[in-house]
This record gives sequence, structure tokens and C-alpha cells, in this order.
Amino acid sequence: MSASPRLADPVLSVDHLTMRFGGLVAVNDLSFRVGRGDITGLIGPNGAGKTTVFNCITGFYKPTEGMMTLRHRDGAEYLLERLPGFQVNRRARVARTFQNIRLFTGMTVLENLLVAQHNPLMLASGYTLAGLVGLPGFRRAQGAAVEKAVAWLTRINLLHRADDPAGDLPYGDQRRLEIARAMCTDPVLLCLDEPAAGLNPRESAQLNDLLRSIRDDDDTSVLLIEHDMSVVMEISDHVVVLDYGTKIADGTPAEVQSDQSVIAAYLGVEDEEVEAVEAEVGV
Amino acid sequence: MSAPAPALAAAPAARPALDLQAILKDALLFALVTFGLCVPVVAYRTDLSSTSALDLTPRWGLVAILCGLVFLARLAQRLILASRDARRALTPSPRQATEAVDATPNAAQSVSRFGLPLFLGVALTFPLLAALGTGGLSESRYWIDLGILILTYVMLGWGLNIVVGLAGLLDLGYVAFYAVGAYSYALLSTTFGLSFWICLPLAGLFAALWGMILGFPVLRLRGDYLAIVTLAFGEIIRLVLINWSDFSGGAAGISSIPRITFFGLPFTADEDGFAASLGIPFSPMHRVVFLYYLILVLALITNLVTLRLRRLPIGRAWEALREDEIACRSLGINTTNTKLTAFALGAMFGGFAGSFFAVRQSFVSPESFNFLESAIILAIVVLGGMGSQIGVAIAAVAMVGGPELLRNLDFLKPVFGEHFDPNEYRLLLFGLAMVVMMIWRPRGLISERSPSVVLKERKAISGSLVKEGHG
Amino acid sequence: MEVFAQQLINGLTLGSIYGLIAIGYTMVFGIIGMINFAHGDVFMLSAFIALIAFLILTSFLGIASVVVALILVMIIAMALTALWGWSIERIAYRPLRGSFRLAPLISAIGVSIFLSNFVQVVQGARNKPTPPMMREVIVLFERNGYAVALSYRQIVIMVTTAVLLAGFWYLVQHTPLGRAQRACEQDRKMAALLGIDVDRTISLTFVLGAALAAVAGTLYLLYYGVVSFSDGFVPGVKAFTAAVLGGIGSLPGAVLGGLIIGLVETFWSAYFSIEYKDVAAFSILAIVLIFMPSGILGRPEVEKV
Repeated sequence: MSASPRLADPVLSVDHLTMRFGGLVAVNDLSFRVGRGDITGLIGPNGAGKTTVFNCITGFYKPTEGMMTLRHRDGAEYLLERLPGFQVNRRARVARTFQNIRLFTGMTVLENLLVAQHNPLMLASGYTLAGLVGLPGFRRAQGAAVEKAVAWLTRINLLHRADDPAGDLPYGDQRRLEIARAMCTDPVLLCLDEPAAGLNPRESAQLNDLLRSIRDDDDTSVLLIEHDMSVVMEISDHVVVLDYGTKIADGTPAEVQSDQSVIAAYLGVEDEEVEAVEAEVGV
Repeated sequence: MSAPAPALAAAPAARPALDLQAILKDALLFALVTFGLCVPVVAYRTDLSSTSALDLTPRWGLVAILCGLVFLARLAQRLILASRDARRALTPSPRQATEAVDATPNAAQSVSRFGLPLFLGVALTFPLLAALGTGGLSESRYWIDLGILILTYVMLGWGLNIVVGLAGLLDLGYVAFYAVGAYSYALLSTTFGLSFWICLPLAGLFAALWGMILGFPVLRLRGDYLAIVTLAFGEIIRLVLINWSDFSGGAAGISSIPRITFFGLPFTADEDGFAASLGIPFSPMHRVVFLYYLILVLALITNLVTLRLRRLPIGRAWEALREDEIACRSLGINTTNTKLTAFALGAMFGGFAGSFFAVRQSFVSPESFNFLESAIILAIVVLGGMGSQIGVAIAAVAMVGGPELLRNLDFLKPVFGEHFDPNEYRLLLFGLAMVVMMIWRPRGLISERSPSVVLKERKAISGSLVKEGHG
Repeated sequence: MEVFAQQLINGLTLGSIYGLIAIGYTMVFGIIGMINFAHGDVFMLSAFIALIAFLILTSFLGIASVVVALILVMIIAMALTALWGWSIERIAYRPLRGSFRLAPLISAIGVSIFLSNFVQVVQGARNKPTPPMMREVIVLFERNGYAVALSYRQIVIMVTTAVLLAGFWYLVQHTPLGRAQRACEQDRKMAALLGIDVDRTISLTFVLGAALAAVAGTLYLLYYGVVSFSDGFVPGVKAFTAAVLGGIGSLPGAVLGGLIIGLVETFWSAYFSIEYKDVAAFSILAIVLIFMPSGILGRPEVEKV
């Protein structure tokens, strides 16, 4: 397992993460690193526990055991398993998208992006009191927020639909909007849950470009769950493979693609080879 | 001999025969079910006889009339619908699919735009209109009182709208804050003799505080459970008010609350009274008209604050919370604080309304603060269309004004006999109206949402996209 | 000790009645996720139906045996109340069965207001007493001049509840109807795709709930001997408390919750103060919902992100 040089300064370190639901072990002693400035893919067959890992990292589940440490460039460290749900975004600056898109369908595209900038805007509005009275500070801050939203909309090609309800957008546009909304919170780590699901090849290629530009231009590390191999292998710098809650491979895309246990997990093995593979994987 | 006329679009289908037999059977079924429902509660009336036993009075005539009415009504409904469908099948719609979609604003959108100014105009001039309509200031008392009542409910509706309509939190115990405001005001003014302008904000603050205390443990519950807990709290407060006599005066309540003054000038016929100071003849109506404008101002403040807040981050966070709480958390929004703010603010306006109630009646008692009140206010918000200010105002006028007008149905006495008391039927019809209105317009009168910030063009968002909140 | 034993018996009896009403709430909530606000008033209505049926049977038809009259009254009340339950569902709830949750709730509140005022209008606002019946008691033991008695009525109530619970438990677990109901509770769309008539199953749920409320209404009439149009709201809320306490969606939970609420109310009235007994019930509701929303026998829900 050769390490990418960026793994030496990981933005996220997951150590011995275990998640149990009653008697079911969804994630079993998982450890991996997300390199700063990397695009890291988290793959595995269905039911491998990928979304559970995400939910632990982003504060929706409290892990049964384990530690998740997020490090900013300036050295600030955040123990994600100790932070209350919303603080994972607010202080640790981890943003996410969802497997079943969770946009605010009854609000316009622009409003969606403004809600993402809630915290800085609240501060600027003096926690509402200054805004209520009409002090100019808030108006300026709101203008800046709209500018930022417009910049993102231009980047994802949705500026012409800024005033349309988010629920009216076609599926591919909704996915991109959700990513833009997450990016409006200025995250250090962006977690994407199956961003390419339901996209056609052209849209997947656009998504790849978007993710690369996020990595390069916005100084944001990306962690993504994906089933679409063309997306994962094409853009990932580093891939972690899960099966039944356990890590079975960890390396560059090329390494992972030729790893026997990964092939076994996805494609299965001949009956004769089952024992050998099981021994190798450690089942 | 000549060629037949060029074939038009296929000749109109033969008029579908009205399946009279099926319709008759359907209406008969309805009548039969009505019969079953009437037996025995309508068929026999129980009355206490002189020996404290129960007498049964058969009223089969009434049952027959009810069944007959249902039969005829259902028959008429089916026939009308059938003939309307037949007509539609014959005439193709003037709007073919290939034509441009009609973009003229529909009724709901027009109301949203013109409604609020219109409502404001009428509300501001209402006492004048009433006086002109009834031929004098004193004669218009009933109408101005009605106006005060309606405006109180409009304010309560606008207050609850923040909690239910904007933040999507299902509150079935809003009357508790109304009560806290009223009783706080009553106790403050009777015990400490403070003026209205001091007691009102204090009562509102108490109510807001109470809202935060109540809200803190329960706001993480999901929708229906939150509804029931708030209902339970509302009832607990009412029961405590009834039973803790030392504090609240028990069932008798608190009376002799000092009356409202015109910024210090009392509304009496004395030398230092309001009328004397202005050099006009005294009339008890002065106080009433002042109360009217007072509630109007309070309601308008509620409205303006709500509209303002909607454009601020907190208001947008409320609406986002209603749409999808999990997404909000993932964007770093402290959902607990956001909910608490909505709850406390709604409580505060409820408290203000309660203070007004106390000073208007000069008397508060627990019976004014029962669950029915909460239900009415919630119905006003839901019927108005969640989040729509003008919708709530219209709904309040309809739901409070309507039953009031029913009181004046004395003219129907000749039809139903001398024992007819329209009062008894008020709540009956009210309950029925609630059901009918929900079936007719489940999303409320104004079901569209207007965005709080716009880049180029303000487009109304259809109600089907707007979520109603899961608590 | 004697007071305790007597209150225990009284509490269990009251609790059985609450439990029967609670089953209706829990079944409806389980299958369409809706709090049937009108259920308490349906209970009240059934007590009136039972009252009138009883009067007709005894005075017009001259049935002398109380037991026979009671059984007939219960059957009649169950049938007619079931008709009411069915009609209410068809008229006020079915058209609103989409995803917007507030509309059925408001509609249910409307039905509740309608029912209580309907009864007030057609029957008058005064309390309606029944002639005393089944007054016999069995004295269990006596001490310090205080007799702990178990009345025949109490036996009837508790036995009926136990039998009905057993019957319903069997119905839900072992019959096709019960399976259809449980399937609809889990996933309505899938059940429909598999050929289950969802509309009919839901209607049947309301009908059964109403029938059980009718049993409760008849027993309530028998036990207290007086009924009034306003008797729907508070018992309704208490029964809902019982359903939530026992775990919404669980049939034995509903009865268990009912028994607990009945016991708490009775003991509170005996040992503390009777004015605040309703406050006790509402407070339990609040506490349970805040700290233990899935109830005693319910399954905790894990939110799917």
C-alpha cells in the first residue's frame, strides 16, 4: 500500500471506527486517512457500511467506538465524535451531500445557497436584532452572500434558474446544486454521498470536472462514496474499499483495481477459491 | 351527390347516457347510511323526566327529513357532476396543449398581491364604515366589537403562523401563551398598578420566557408528538389556573383589571377625561374605538415583524427547517436554537394578544383559554395557507366572523319554530366547516409561497413543492 | 392497605376502559400515521347509543335480564358505532390521505367538535343518568371497618377487556386481515402493489377501533351510570396518553398503558388531590413523550439519513 505524499498531513483521520446497531455490526474497526487536497473515494458493495461511515463523520450518528479527527491547515483539531451534529459543519467545517437529495424544494435556488451561508449572515445581522432595526452592516453582508451564491451558480451553470424553485430542477441540476450549497459553507472537507447516481455519462464527466476544480481551486479535500467506477477511478487520488463494514483495501486506484480481495468482494470467486480468499481477507 | 364535407376532427362522441340507475342506487346508499347514523341518537331524544328517570321521545319524522335531505343532496350532486362531465366531453378545451400556457395570475396570486393593502385599507377605516353603515357611532358598537374580536384572532393567527407556518412546528397548545399573557397582565396591573404600556411588554416577555421553558424539552420531538405535548401543556396550564385559586383566582378568575386609558387620559366623563380634554361630548364608544385601533396596531406590528424576519437569516432558517431539518443541520444551523426562537417569538405575540384581551375585558378566567381556542387558531393558520399573511387574515375573518353572523339568524325562527336557537348550531356548523374546508383546500386558501430574496424575478412557488414540516 | 387494595381494583377497572379506547388510537396511528382526534368523541357517542338502546330494550321490549340486555346493547352499540367510524373515515379522512399531514389533523379536530356538539344538539346538554343496574358486589375482605369490594361490574369490565385483547391479538397476528394490516403499517405502497386492498384495510381498522370504543362506551355507561356530551375530550386524551405510554402501534402496549394511566389517576385521586388528577395524566403524557417517545413496548425509530 503506497501512500500518497498528501497522506502525511491528513485532513481527516479515522481510527478504529466501530458502529453497532443492536446486534448488527455495520462498521467494524475501520481506520483510514483522507489526505489534504486529495479526492478520496470510499467504495464497496451495497450494504458495506459506507453511508454509515459518512453519517458518523458528519455527526448524524454517534459511533459506538473509535475516533475521527479533523485537522485544519492551521493545526486546529476537532474530534468529530464529540461534536454536536451541527457543529461538525459549523466549527470543523465538514460539509456533505445526501444519497437522496435533500434540497429545500419549496425555496428558490438562490435561497438554498443563502441558507447555507446562515451562520456568517446571522453574525452580520447581529443575531437578528441589528437586522431588525435595519442597520446597514447586514445589507452589505447579504449582498456579499448573494455574490458568492451567484459565483457558484455560474460555476455550475444554473445562474439562469436562480429564482426557480429548487424542486423544479431536473435531477442532474439538483445534484450539482446540492454540491454548490455544501460548498457555500466554505468547508475544509466535502463529503459526497453518491454524487453521480442517476447521471448520464456526459453529466458524470461534468461532475468530474467540478470535483477536480473544487480540489484544485477551493482548497477543499473531497471524500466521496460512489458506485460509478468511471467516476471513482478517474478522479480519485486515493481509494478505500469496504466490505461488510471492514476495510479490505486502501491505496491508489490502480492498486485497488488489481487487488484480489476487492475483485472477490465485487465479483465473487470460484467455489474452490473461497477458502483461500477468506483466509487472505481475514474473515 | 357532392362529396361529403371534409372530415372534421372525429365527430363528437355520442352523449354518454346518464347512468340513472347507478346514481339512484348511490344516493339511496347515502340515505341508508344516514339512517343508520341517526338511529338511535337522533331517532330518540332522552330527557330527564320529573322522576329523574329518562324519557324517550321518538323523532322519526326528523330522521326521515334528514335521510330525505341527504338523498336529495347526493342525487343533485351526482346529477350536476355527471352533466358537467358530459358537457366537458363534448366541447374540447379552448386551451389546446400546443398553445402557450396561460400566464395570467390566478385568483390566489392576485389575492396575495392586492389582498394585504386592501385588508389594511378596510381595517383602518372600519369604525368609520361601521358608523356610516349603522347610522351612528353608538349603533355601530356591535360591529366594532366584532372587528376587535376578528383582529384579535388575526393577531393570534399571525403569531402562531411564525411557529406553524414558517418553522413548521406543530403547536396545539398556543392558547397557553395567550393565557400566560392575559394572566400576567392581569396580575401585574392589579397587584402593582403598573400602566398598560409597562404591563404589555412585560407580559409578552413572560410569555416568551414561558415559551422557551416549554419549548426546550419538547422541540426535538417529531411532528405529531410535538402536537400532543403542546396540547398537554395547554391543558395543564388551564387546569392549574382553575385550581390554584390563591394565585389565579381559580374559576372566578381575576377581575377589576384597570381599564385602558388614552396615554394617561381615562375614558370617563370626568373633567380630566379624554372627552373633556378634547372638548367633545363623552361617549362610551371612545374607549371601544381606541381599543379597536390598539389591536389593529398590535396586529400590524406582528405582521411587520414577521415580514421583516422572513427576509433575515433567521426567517430563512425557519423556512429551511420546515423544509428539511436534516439538511439544515448539515449546513451548520443550530436547529434547536432556531426552533426555540420561533417558539418564543410566537409565544411573545400570543402574550401581547393576551394582554390586550385582559385589558379589553377587564376580567380574565380560565374558561376563555381552553383547547377549542387553540384549535380555532391552528385552523385559521392552516386554512389561510401556511406562511401566508393575507391568507391567515382572510381565514380569521371567515372563521370568526362567520359564526358570529350565525348568531343573527333569528330570522329563520319562523322556519324552524320558536325553539330554534342558532347558538346551539354555531359550533356544530363550525366543526363541519373545518372538515369541509380541509377537503376543499387542504393546503389552505393561499397555498403558494413567495421567495424571500430574488435575483431577477419574483416567482411564486407552488404549494405542492413546499413542505409542511415534521416538527 | 385496604384503601390501597380497593384503589388497585378501581384503577384496573378504569384502566381497562382507557385501554379499550387506546387500542383504537394505536391501530389508526400505526396504519396511517394519524392521530384520530375524533376517537374520544366517538367513544362518547357510543355511550349515548348504548344508553338509548338500553332504554329501548328494557322499557319497550321489556327485556328483564340485565345480562341479556347488556350483551344486546353492546352488540347494537358496536354495530352502529362502527358505522359512524366507517363514515367518518370515508368522509373526513380518506380524501385527505395524501402527504400533507396537517389537513387530516384539522379535519379530525373538526369532526371532534362536530360530534360533541351534534350530541349536545340532538340530546340536550344535561347529564343523562341510567337506572342503577348490576349493583352486586363481592366483598373480598374487611379490615378496620373498611370493606374491599369487587363489584360485578368491575369483573365484567376487566374480563371483557382481557377477552377482547386476546381476540384482537389473535386477529392481528394470525389472520389474513391482521397480516394485511401489519403490511399496510409497514409500507402502504408495497402492500398495494402486492394486491392488498389498502382502502378496505384502513376502513376496517377504523371500524374495529370504533367497535372497541363502543365496548368501552357501554362499559363506561354501566360503570358510572351517567354520561354527558362533554365526556369525549378528556378520556380521549387520556386514552391517547395510554397508547403513547404503551408504545404507539402496539396492541398490548395500549392496554398496558391504559392500566397504568387508570392506576395513576385512581391512586392520585385517593392519596393526593382529586382536582389535579387530570394534570397528573397530562403530565405523564408530556414526560413520556419527552423522555421515552417510543413508549414501553414500542420500537425505537432510527432516523434514516
